[in-house]
Amino acid sequence: MKELLLSQPVFTLYTIALVVICLLTGVALMTWVERRLSGVIQFRWGPNRVGPMGLFQPVADGVKFFWKEDVIPRDAFAPVFVLAPALAMITALCAFAVIPFGPTIELLGRKIPLVILNVDGGILFALAATSLGVYGIVCAGWASNSKYSLMGGLRASAQMISYELALALAVIGVLLVSGTLRPVEIVAQQEGWFWNWNVFSGWQLLGFLIFLVAGYAETNRLPFDMPEAESELVAGYHTEYSSMKFSMFFMAEYVNMITSAALAVTLFLGGYHTGLPLAEWGLSGWPLWIIQILAFVAKVGFFMFLFVWVRWTLPRFRYDQLMALGWKRLFPVALANLMATAVLVALDLTGR
Amino acid sequence: MESIVFIVLSILAVASALVVILPVFRNAIVSALALALNLVCVAGFFFLLDAQFIGFLQVIVYAGAIMVLILFVLMLLNIHDERHLGPSGFFQRFLGPLLAVGFAAIIVSAALLPATGTSFDAAEEEFGTVNALGMDLFTRFFYPFEAISLLLVVAMIGAVLLAKRRL
Repeated sequence: MKELLLSQPVFTLYTIALVVICLLTGVALMTWVERRLSGVIQFRWGPNRVGPMGLFQPVADGVKFFWKEDVIPRDAFAPVFVLAPALAMITALCAFAVIPFGPTIELLGRKIPLVILNVDGGILFALAATSLGVYGIVCAGWASNSKYSLMGGLRASAQMISYELALALAVIGVLLVSGTLRPVEIVAQQEGWFWNWNVFSGWQLLGFLIFLVAGYAETNRLPFDMPEAESELVAGYHTEYSSMKFSMFFMAEYVNMITSAALAVTLFLGGYHTGLPLAEWGLSGWPLWIIQILAFVAKVGFFMFLFVWVRWTLPRFRYDQLMALGWKRLFPVALANLMATAVLVALDLTGR
Repeated sequence: MESIVFIVLSILAVASALVVILPVFRNAIVSALALALNLVCVAGFFFLLDAQFIGFLQVIVYAGAIMVLILFVLMLLNIHDERHLGPSGFFQRFLGPLLAVGFAAIIVSAALLPATGTSFDAAEEEFGTVNALGMDLFTRFFYPFEAISLLLVVAMIGAVLLAKRRL
């Protein structure tokens, strides 16, 4: 029994459980952080009644979601209507599997890499999972049998396909510089001082900015939240959803935010590396691991803060502006960035 | 383990393929969704065969992009009911079933006949990785690869020309 519990596949299950728990806790925390930060930005309090500083607000919200009535509209197409939130949630959680959130640590006399899936085409796995993520939204929009939902679903599918191109091209720039599709190796190359990060020594600053903008569109966050623009579409694709089903869309959006932030950190900003050559300074063992994991969390946290900051800074785009930005600006710029990167790599001017 | 995954994937693939063509729901969107599931199952087969890269591309390109576009068009057209449309024309009525039966006969006979002579070498260690595939594409299959790229560009320009006569 003990051997089974410590065998490799079961250990992978532990890692998966750990990641899922951390992600969902992060989501809960993030809903609170977002509302408090919004309060700060708008010069009001935000939720501050439940628990210290309103910290238990997510728990209260969760309990409330569970006790709400779960409505399936009469004219909705029930099988797809029920499937849609699950699809959104599953694909959102899957994408995180390839992201290394810490170094390989040693525990109970075995080496544990802090990444669930270390495969050759790891980055492609993340892209595949996010490209499937659109199904949850599209299915929800169609199965609700409501005009607003359908419009939201249509917008989501067009928007996510458009911005996926720019996103993928920005990622390819990094892949050219690193010469591998394995996230673990991409992170390992960015060790040491912070100028070893891909965004600096790989000359990927432009690619990073493109990735950031496209990431906002991919996660349907303001200023690109056209699929659920409340002033036009009530609530977009999840207008007809209630109770836990709505909550799952909500959580999927936040998980997607965390994943895209983590991807940006992994690809461009050194992953779990702190930006200081701590290993050279003689730091090793568990203090180093803990510092590195905390560095990863801090970097992701910064991007989460950025999400909220941008939300209350930029007004929502018009739909044609969104498409024009995606196809006429970001896409050509991303292509040019890719060409420039290819030249840099051919001339061996990158720090790799 | 591998055979369990294979059996589950096979059942899913065949079932979803049947949902695509059988008049269970009589609904174009359900068919499209089932086709997307089918494509993901095929990607699963690629993973089982150690062809990771092709598997990922299968999901990204077919399930993630092309099927979403098809869904987009279906939703825009808002086709709800296709009850009135049956098979029509000589090809669909007679030639179609004939071809299907012929194909099925080939498959079944191939499965039943004992395996003959040719054996294949074991796949290399690197097989299916992005590196190995890229090496093959840009050395051994360089000219076919470039020819296909050219073909795709021609197809793209053709589509733009057909759709936008007056640019």
